[in-house]
Amino acid sequence: MTCKELVELITQYLEGTLPEEARLQMESHLSACEGCTHYLEQMRQTIFLTGQLREESLTQQQRAGLLDLFRDWQKN
Amino acid sequence: MYAKLDEMTLLNLLRQRDEMAFTQLVERYHTSLVRLARLFVQDEAVAEEISQETWLAVLHGLSHFEGRSSFKTWLFTILTNKAKTRSRRESRSFVFSDFDDASTSFETSPTVNPERFKDASAEKSPNHWLADAQPASWAGIPEDLLLSEETLTLICQTIEGLPQNQRSVITLHDVDELSSQEICNILEISETNQRVLLHRARAKVRQALEDYLQPEH
Repeated sequence: MTCKELVELITQYLEGTLPEEARLQMESHLSACEGCTHYLEQMRQTIFLTGQLREESLTQQQRAGLLDLFRDWQKN
Repeated sequence: MYAKLDEMTLLNLLRQRDEMAFTQLVERYHTSLVRLARLFVQDEAVAEEISQETWLAVLHGLSHFEGRSSFKTWLFTILTNKAKTRSRRESRSFVFSDFDDASTSFETSPTVNPERFKDASAEKSPNHWLADAQPASWAGIPEDLLLSEETLTLICQTIEGLPQNQRSVITLHDVDELSSQEICNILEISETNQRVLLHRARAKVRQALEDYLQPEH
């Protein structure tokens, strides 16, 4: 497996959908290749950082709107 | 304090019309709902409206929810159906089933600039990273910079700029952490397509981060 091939298989690797044989080839390549090891690390960081966008919190206006909706329902 | 209550407990409390239980669920999921709705409709206000309607449907349908799927799946499915109906009615929005074919056409184009690799005909290690174009470790980058507002804004903008189908998949997968199966159901695309779209989207976000964190590359 070459570096050029490896970078295109990285999502399958990270999602655990890479066939066993390719996975073993990839791991053997990674153990000897600094560039690809860094690429994999960067991809993991990218996923982690993208996940940080989840932390967005509600605005006061949204919270108030939802509470109104709940209280209307509660009364019925 | 309900901070540590699991979802089944919250739902049981909600059946008893407990306001704190509702607040907890809303804090946990509302922004995700709006984000998901925005994949179907352009207008932020409309996305907000659809999300509110979804909560109302949850409250009314609560007694019928048997917990066979997770609450999250149930919630997201209600929203998706409403958002799709709405976008069809307004018919100026994107139709998801349209992109199943379109996305496969660039499946073969590389996600990393081919110029970063040695020639396929190179005598020594063909198709390996060129020494001066090899990815660097990000381990030494201070966490303050990695997690800065500016970095997250960059990611946000990069995702906003992606083709609709890629934007949808990366948002659902990496931001809202839905499973591949859930995403395929929501977007009505195949597993393979989902994976290809995720791969391309992530590669572009990674590239944007690399350009930003190591401008010399």
